[in-house]
Amino acid sequence: MDLFQLQRRLVDYRASLYHEDFLDEQFSQLQDLQDENNPDFVVEVVTLFFEDSERLLNELAKALEQPIIDFKRVDAHVHQFKGSSSSIGAQRVQKACIAFRNYCEEQNVEGCLKCLQQLRHEYSLVKTKLESMFQLEQQILSAGGSIPM
Amino acid sequence: MVLGNGASSSSLNMKSGEDKVNSNKNLSVLVVDDDPLIRMLHDMHLKKFGLNPQVVEDGKKAVDLFRIGASFDLILMDKEMPVMNGVEATKELRDMGINSMIVGVTSRGLEIEMQDFMESGLDFCFEKPLTPDMITFLLNELNKKNDDDNND
Repeated sequence: MDLFQLQRRLVDYRASLYHEDFLDEQFSQLQDLQDENNPDFVVEVVTLFFEDSERLLNELAKALEQPIIDFKRVDAHVHQFKGSSSSIGAQRVQKACIAFRNYCEEQNVEGCLKCLQQLRHEYSLVKTKLESMFQLEQQILSAGGSIPM
Repeated sequence: MVLGNGASSSSLNMKSGEDKVNSNKNLSVLVVDDDPLIRMLHDMHLKKFGLNPQVVEDGKKAVDLFRIGASFDLILMDKEMPVMNGVEATKELRDMGINSMIVGVTSRGLEIEMQDFMESGLDFCFEKPLTPDMITFLLNELNKKNDDDNND
């Protein structure tokens, strides 16, 4: 695939992520913050988000396995996850967190477990999409091109 | 967004890009948030405006900084934090007589929760995440405030 086709592919891929609500306006704000002085800003922030998310998902699984569930604790983790996902623009993850918090409030174990599954699912989807997007960007850079806006 | 006493939403005075960055170099900012991702984001947002924020992860660390004599023109205070949360930290700072601009940045969007936070002594309260427009607004307010202080 030549450079032009790669760039075209990236633009289309990105557009689809916004269109399908994987990403929202917040993510473009992140991209706006990146410049020559901070060329890896987006990747750094997203990497931090991945690490944070994986930790939170583990904590959530542990908390929901307890014989007596501490819903306040579960809610605190989901709250954090909601915050970080909204900050990077991972809209579908954020929405899954909102639903999750409702079940926490109701102290509904079944509901929480279902939400955790949903959350894992949405997270792994956006992770895969973002990683593919970064890969495309790398290919473009390696081919000597620049990332289209 | 919730405005505290004395705030007005007058039209923004946009300086040219470079002026903006240079005139902000003298302003000191403290970011208080327990989420490393938010700290990284706010830090970068503020750097774009020529600011070089200091960053701490809970309310107690913020209060301790002031106790040892540090001072900041602007504090961006998260609400939910371990050790000492934003409400407690803001009350503490106001009790200490600190009159820096304290701005709550919270992920809880409920009117009543923002009101509670405001009552602890905030100048303004925004919902996360911070945006360039919000920063522009705050910097304008800060400049107005500094002008007022100089005219007393």
